[in-house]
Amino acid sequence: MALEVGGKSIATDEEGYLENRDEWDMEVAKAIAVAENLEMSDNHWEVVNFLREYYDEYQIAPAVRVLTKAIGKKLGKDKGNSKYLYELFPYGPAKQACKIAGLPKPTGCV
Amino acid sequence: MAAKFDTPELFDNIEIIDTPRYAVDSMAHSRPYPAKPQHNESLGFPGELVDNWEEKAVTRLGELVDGSRALRTFLDSCVKCGACTDKCHYYLGTKDPKNMPVARQDLLRSIYRRYYTFSGKYFPKLVGARDMDKSVLDEWYSYFHQCSQCRRCSVFCPYGIDTAEISMAARDIMDSVGLGQKYCNEILGKLQTIGNNLGLPEKALINTLEDLEEEVEEDTGVAVKYPVDVKGADVLLIVPSADFFAEPHIDGLIGYGKVFHQAGISWTLSSYASEAANFSMFIGSGDNLKKVAQRIRDAAEELGVKRIIVGECGHAWRVAYSFWNTLVGPFDFLDPNYPAPQHIVEFTYDLIQRGALNLDKEANDHRRITFHDSCNVARASRMGNMPGGQFILPRALITASANHFFDMSPETIHENTFCCGGGGGLLTDDLMEIRIKGAMPRMQALKQVVDEHDVNSMVAICAICKAQFSKALPAYQFPMGMITSLHQVVGDAIQLGTKT
Repeated sequence: MALEVGGKSIATDEEGYLENRDEWDMEVAKAIAVAENLEMSDNHWEVVNFLREYYDEYQIAPAVRVLTKAIGKKLGKDKGNSKYLYELFPYGPAKQACKIAGLPKPTGCV
Repeated sequence: MAAKFDTPELFDNIEIIDTPRYAVDSMAHSRPYPAKPQHNESLGFPGELVDNWEEKAVTRLGELVDGSRALRTFLDSCVKCGACTDKCHYYLGTKDPKNMPVARQDLLRSIYRRYYTFSGKYFPKLVGARDMDKSVLDEWYSYFHQCSQCRRCSVFCPYGIDTAEISMAARDIMDSVGLGQKYCNEILGKLQTIGNNLGLPEKALINTLEDLEEEVEEDTGVAVKYPVDVKGADVLLIVPSADFFAEPHIDGLIGYGKVFHQAGISWTLSSYASEAANFSMFIGSGDNLKKVAQRIRDAAEELGVKRIIVGECGHAWRVAYSFWNTLVGPFDFLDPNYPAPQHIVEFTYDLIQRGALNLDKEANDHRRITFHDSCNVARASRMGNMPGGQFILPRALITASANHFFDMSPETIHENTFCCGGGGGLLTDDLMEIRIKGAMPRMQALKQVVDEHDVNSMVAICAICKAQFSKALPAYQFPMGMITSLHQVVGDAIQLGTKT
């Protein structure tokens, strides 16, 4: 499968996760978000950017609890919980936000 | 993303789960994503469908029935009595008659008969024997991935035919000809290279645990530790990697730490064996089952622990309790005064029995709790030293930690428990329709205790169940947060900082 962004074709897997993380940019993220019926707000970007920073350092997306804590610090304590993250990413912060951030899908019993 | 589908309707005041009318082939479209060549090859399977796969599949089936008298008996002995037909949650939720356990078995049995029985060789039409061809393979791929290997049907079969064994055999055959399932095979590859299903490397594991220590200390004022790779610790704790990553799993992990802290017993996790799960069982692969189990034994020897305890993971407990000793035993290097392996529920139960934990039940007064028995714990293992301990012990932990507990209807708990709908390697987004429909019987039983007792919390001791219910509960209009880890309930009741 592939995603068309700005005249370029970006390869994705069957579920829409990028095959190659290096092809990600903000336009690609927006295109994935559209496919997910999401409109990217500043708060969405905070989450996506944190995921990418974390991935660069640890080669995996952060655990949901690590993410909620980090977002609580950035956006205020009332937003540092999974309920808020589910409001931003209704299919679940781990999978949907990772997809938009161009990261591989978290696997296992999650 | 899967196509839209309707979530089954739940009924008011229903005592038993009704037998549905048929909807022939209504789930024939359900197929998981096939594994990529590199996923298959990393597990020792051909990357893609091989030439002459029909012949090779039949040969592999012959090897399997020659190697397992149980499998041969299961294929030989069905008398079509019908006792199993309405016992499968996937049949009840989908109405597709191919999800009746007998029909699922017949998908493999018809091939066995054709090539390995006298009557099937000479009079195939008379005995329902079929040639191995593409339509059979397609049917297998679809319907053997609509079985969670939960073994509920086998409880009701007068011959004890175990559909899980048949489903594992079918998946083994498919892998052997190069048709693997992406979810299971990709995960097993990660486990064998990185150490866990998630692909969580050591550095990230340590960071996650440090973060958790900080959080627990902020919440409780007590420095509870979540140690990793500590040589000479008494206990090696093996947990499903979802416990590091997902909710509500991680609240269970927090609870295990509190139990160890108050008991004053030294423990450690392992970054090399950071996974309890062993999906090799789901795909029927004995070779991979052993390799994955060996990692845990190696970690225990390397760390020099005296005991191995397994966290809240259903099929992992079946593998540990029933298979570890044969696969990678004997565990004679461990302290013989303790069961090897031991379940975290047994460990906590023993501590409660000897008054080693201070529990304040009122801390859970906001919870009105029911308990979901996980299939592999309920029907394929045991806990404690009494018959039915696997049902008694987890409930004893709840009632020692909370005041409000209500069991669901008897035909849906203990050995009759209904699968969550996501077990056996089906916990993947591409199978969401069968997962949600298969959750119907459990959701129906839950509705009853919600209606009658205002239950607001369903406790489970399996990572798959917890992740599955996080999706199934909202689909049936229940709050996602109802699903709770058993050791969260225990952990919330533990009075940290007090002495016993």
